[in-house]
Amino acid sequence: MQALRYARATSIDEAVRMLREGGETSRILAGGTDVIVQARERRRVIDLFVDIKHISDVMTMEYDAQRGLTVGAAVPLYQIYGDANVQRVYPALRAAAHVIGGKAIQGRASLGGNLGNASPAADSIPAMMVLDGVAQVAGPNGRREVRVDAFCTAPGRSVLQPGEFIVSLHFAQPAAHSGNAWERFIPRNEMDIAVVNAACALTIEGDVVTAARFSLGAVAATPLMVPLAAEALVGRRLTDETIAAAGAAAKETATPIDDMRGTVKQRKHLADVLVQRVIRAAVEHARAN
Amino acid sequence: MVATPEKPVYKVIGTRPIRPDGVDKVTGRAAYGADIVLEGMLFGSILRAPHAHARIVRIDSSKALALPGVKAIVTNADFPRQESGTLDLGEGTANPKWLVDNVLAGDKTLYHGHAVAAVAAIDWHIAEEALALIEVEYEVLPFVIDVKEAMLGTAPILHSDLRTNVRARGVDTPTDRETNIAMHMRVEKGDIAAGFAEADIVIEREFTTSQFHQGYIEPQNGTAYWNQDGQITVWTSTQGSFAVREQVATLLQQPVARIKVVPMEIGGGFGGKIPVYLEPVAALLSKQTGRPVKMWMPREAVFQATGPTAATWNRVKIGAKKDGTLVAADVELCYAAGAYPGSAVGAGVMCALAPYNLANQRIDGFDVVTNTPKTAAYRAPGAPASEYAVESVVDEIARALDIDPMVIREKNAPEEGTTNSAGAPLPRIGAKAVITAIRESAHYNSELQGEDTGRGVALGFWFNGGMESTSSATVNPDGSVSLILGSVDIGGTRASLAMQLAESLGVPYEQIKPQVTDTDSVGYTAVTGGSRTTFAGGWVAYELGQEIRKRLVERAARIWGVDASTVTYSNDAVITGTDKDGKAQQFTFDEICKRFPTTGGHVAVTVSSRKNTTGPAYAGHIADVKVDRDTGKVTVLRYTAVQDVGTAIHPAYVEGQIQGGAVQGIGMALQEEYWYDDQGRLRNGSFLDYRMPVANDLPPIEVILVEVPNPGHPYGVRGVGEAPIVPPMAAIRNALRDAIGVNFYHTPVTPTRILDELLPRE
Amino acid sequence: MATSERLVITSTINGEERTFLADSRDSLLEALRERLNLKGVKEGCNNGNCGACAVILDGRLVNSCCVMAAEIEGSTVRTVEGLATPEGLAPLQQCFLEEAALQCGICTPGFLMSSTALLAENPAPTDDEVRFWLAGNLCRCTGYDKIILAVQAAAEQMRTLKK
Repeated sequence: MQALRYARATSIDEAVRMLREGGETSRILAGGTDVIVQARERRRVIDLFVDIKHISDVMTMEYDAQRGLTVGAAVPLYQIYGDANVQRVYPALRAAAHVIGGKAIQGRASLGGNLGNASPAADSIPAMMVLDGVAQVAGPNGRREVRVDAFCTAPGRSVLQPGEFIVSLHFAQPAAHSGNAWERFIPRNEMDIAVVNAACALTIEGDVVTAARFSLGAVAATPLMVPLAAEALVGRRLTDETIAAAGAAAKETATPIDDMRGTVKQRKHLADVLVQRVIRAAVEHARAN
Repeated sequence: MVATPEKPVYKVIGTRPIRPDGVDKVTGRAAYGADIVLEGMLFGSILRAPHAHARIVRIDSSKALALPGVKAIVTNADFPRQESGTLDLGEGTANPKWLVDNVLAGDKTLYHGHAVAAVAAIDWHIAEEALALIEVEYEVLPFVIDVKEAMLGTAPILHSDLRTNVRARGVDTPTDRETNIAMHMRVEKGDIAAGFAEADIVIEREFTTSQFHQGYIEPQNGTAYWNQDGQITVWTSTQGSFAVREQVATLLQQPVARIKVVPMEIGGGFGGKIPVYLEPVAALLSKQTGRPVKMWMPREAVFQATGPTAATWNRVKIGAKKDGTLVAADVELCYAAGAYPGSAVGAGVMCALAPYNLANQRIDGFDVVTNTPKTAAYRAPGAPASEYAVESVVDEIARALDIDPMVIREKNAPEEGTTNSAGAPLPRIGAKAVITAIRESAHYNSELQGEDTGRGVALGFWFNGGMESTSSATVNPDGSVSLILGSVDIGGTRASLAMQLAESLGVPYEQIKPQVTDTDSVGYTAVTGGSRTTFAGGWVAYELGQEIRKRLVERAARIWGVDASTVTYSNDAVITGTDKDGKAQQFTFDEICKRFPTTGGHVAVTVSSRKNTTGPAYAGHIADVKVDRDTGKVTVLRYTAVQDVGTAIHPAYVEGQIQGGAVQGIGMALQEEYWYDDQGRLRNGSFLDYRMPVANDLPPIEVILVEVPNPGHPYGVRGVGEAPIVPPMAAIRNALRDAIGVNFYHTPVTPTRILDELLPRE
Repeated sequence: MATSERLVITSTINGEERTFLADSRDSLLEALRERLNLKGVKEGCNNGNCGACAVILDGRLVNSCCVMAAEIEGSTVRTVEGLATPEGLAPLQQCFLEEAALQCGICTPGFLMSSTALLAENPAPTDDEVRFWLAGNLCRCTGYDKIILAVQAAAEQMRTLKK
């Protein structure tokens, strides 16, 4: 491990101050499942960890049927997937949180960490994107809000400015008759990086889709929104054809690369397959609401 | 369990006692290689090459040496100079020159991750920090990863001194030419031209297999202390303490008398923990610092620099008559040895056609160097790739002739007296019994359910090793027996050997106290590998028992004042006879042991033996799979492994060996492989991206043990560990053909490759 | 150049309060093994992908390679060394032995800790649930079958004990 120091913040202001004093090579330590490994493998230069897990705002989760869900940035995944409200209202989030890493990772890893790490293949980001997620960010210039779908800018990079960090994530209460879903494809049945992941949130009236949001991961330099897939569906009746059209739009939108985890051909195809699958699952969820 | 009538009734053999090392392993007390702590110990770390092939122009360690806490830095130049030669490692051989250059690179680095320099420091953080301060100037050279490309005359050359006479297609190549082909071997019998002329159908196919890693969970480690009196002690996790002694002695040019190797508990090996990597380096660092030095490998280095298998390219041509009789085979095997010669192609050649009685055959094998890590043995080394190719072609022949895949295998099965590929007759074997067990199994007779499902079968053969073993036994006055073993215990051999000694003596298993010891405390013993330990070590345990029986009989005779020939030792460990007064006498085992101190002392015996009579193992697997056509994902629905194990000493451990081997094979069949980028760098050197099966990837692995006792062993034991890794690649590949109608010619068959076949060509 | 600090850390480890000196860059894995000599915690990959170093931190299963030692100030850690009691082995330990659920044994401490966490949360898991929960623990020797059997046997024993 590269030489580094550790500091424990007990308030957001203190964390902001520590990050400011630490400069550009200081990093937030939430669950640590990415950043500790990156420091060890020297993939990031880090000389100070600021541990935010002793700040209550980043460790609490709140749900209200009007205001929706607020999840502290460092709330571990097991609390998220184990929460009855998350399971009922935000199954896309629940599904992603349930399969990131193994159980020992889920004891620590968090949504804030997954988003802050800004991996193109991050499992929770597409789910947060379709759920209209908004990140509360704190920094040297105070607080601001950043939409999750505008957060990532490149692999490992985000709109966060030096000294800024994610405090919490907010998800609005979905409208009536809404549903959401998330799926990924991995070669193993667990412990893998997504070859492609996909999420969908939609609202239906009878058989007609009145609103829809789609997101794909691992098919571009950042997780992608897929407005073309939404266009293919919104205002239309749910049929095999319209669902297939949304899948085809996802395939068109995807601009993946060939790498050790998959090929362009495979990823474009999987974008299509997974988008169709998440539509069907989201519709099922919407109908159950 | 299927037993043959010849199996006698045993008291201990066939039971399932708890292993002697068990409690330590479930409480965390068992000491593995990396667990050693010595007073004043330093920590070592290794700098590795970032390129696939490069000349080392300059190494400057001055900045690293100046880092506070750094005590020593060594490179290849610190080793004594080595000449080429041959070092026998039990499961394979090594050339000292190549071995030292692999441990720390000489003038060139030959693969990404090749060790270049080593640091010893007061803690592991500083040792690792120092690596970043070592300046190495490289001249990057062209590289070659693919085995077929490496064989071309235009390929970048790894070793300028390599020359090989290749007689492929009857033409001798000039031997004055630089080449990456390190060896060509040919095995022939019968007349293949005549054989193919008889054939009604001939199928010829080419296959490739990726590189696979043994994947033991414990990384390599090594700790050494070079004492001021010249004695060197090495603590390490190894499959062969004597093999380590031999290698360390050779690389350091020290007499073996100066080296003691202490085998620690070993966290998996599968063949990969026979060559040394860290031990001689730790010794050099210890010599320079006068302190013990401990080293262990990061996982990425384990993938980059320790023995994977050879990637292979294989061509198989088989001819058959309409009735399914196989009449001729022509096989060509090309194995990528990695950076230095010595792939397992020889075993691949000898195993390729072993599941068949096939009169006319020719097998060519090529050992080829490539810019990839030096390969090491991996469970039935060389056999999975060659038998996969053959078992795939046999499946295609069966399909073309519309014959049940097990019927064609039964028709051509070898039996006692059938000659192997080199023309030597086979001893008694269980091939037919395995085939029968498969045909009669519930699995094989069950109906497949659902769409896109398929069933495949394949056979596997492995020789099983013999070689040299030594053990000592001391009988204690309380009737317990201390059993000192030279074989390291990698998966339960303390139990299986203690059980055989208990059986031999007729005493309960609990009375035997087995212990693995260091190279100064027991006689020479070959590696735990080649599925030899329970077989060959069992021979020794049996002979120890017989010798102890003899000594106890002599003791009783002396006590009774009669000739030993009048005293008998029963299989219940009761010694009976008549004393000099004609009175009937008897001792139980425990009773005579109590009398040791007053009747001439304790009984201690040592047995060394070299057994070259081995009992080959045959395995046959049945795989049911389901393919998701939308994603290319394969689910293994049901899996059964059938194997002739001779006699199952500890059936639960035998099942465990078979299940573990089958799962490694399933990993090779579907998901594991090395992935190099366009610069020849290994990109997936982690447990995340080198995808070994996880618990929920698998169904239960059903095991059917067939027991055809090995006539070459007192208890009929055959090695069991290696054969089960051989069939899975072909069984699953054949099941995929059954499920979706596609014949695959590369393994692993990943979802990427399946989708590539199922989706329209672009 | 970046620096590290020497830290004095106090936490409850296997039921005992321990105070130890660590480097601020030590992982929990390194601290347990090298500072506290709890060598039952194993390093298999050092990046969260094998589970050999799994321990229970404040009641939650974690990979100790993905936790900084400094984080455990004031926390409670349970390792494999803390499973057995003076009365004997824990049911999981005993069942791993009886079901032959280990061969080389290097992954066993991690499997035991992971299984302990599973059964604390779900005393009657299905085989699929056991396999899913244990997917973060790699075993290369057994093919997992006998491990699943051992966990189920222990679960059964523990349920009976509770009754």
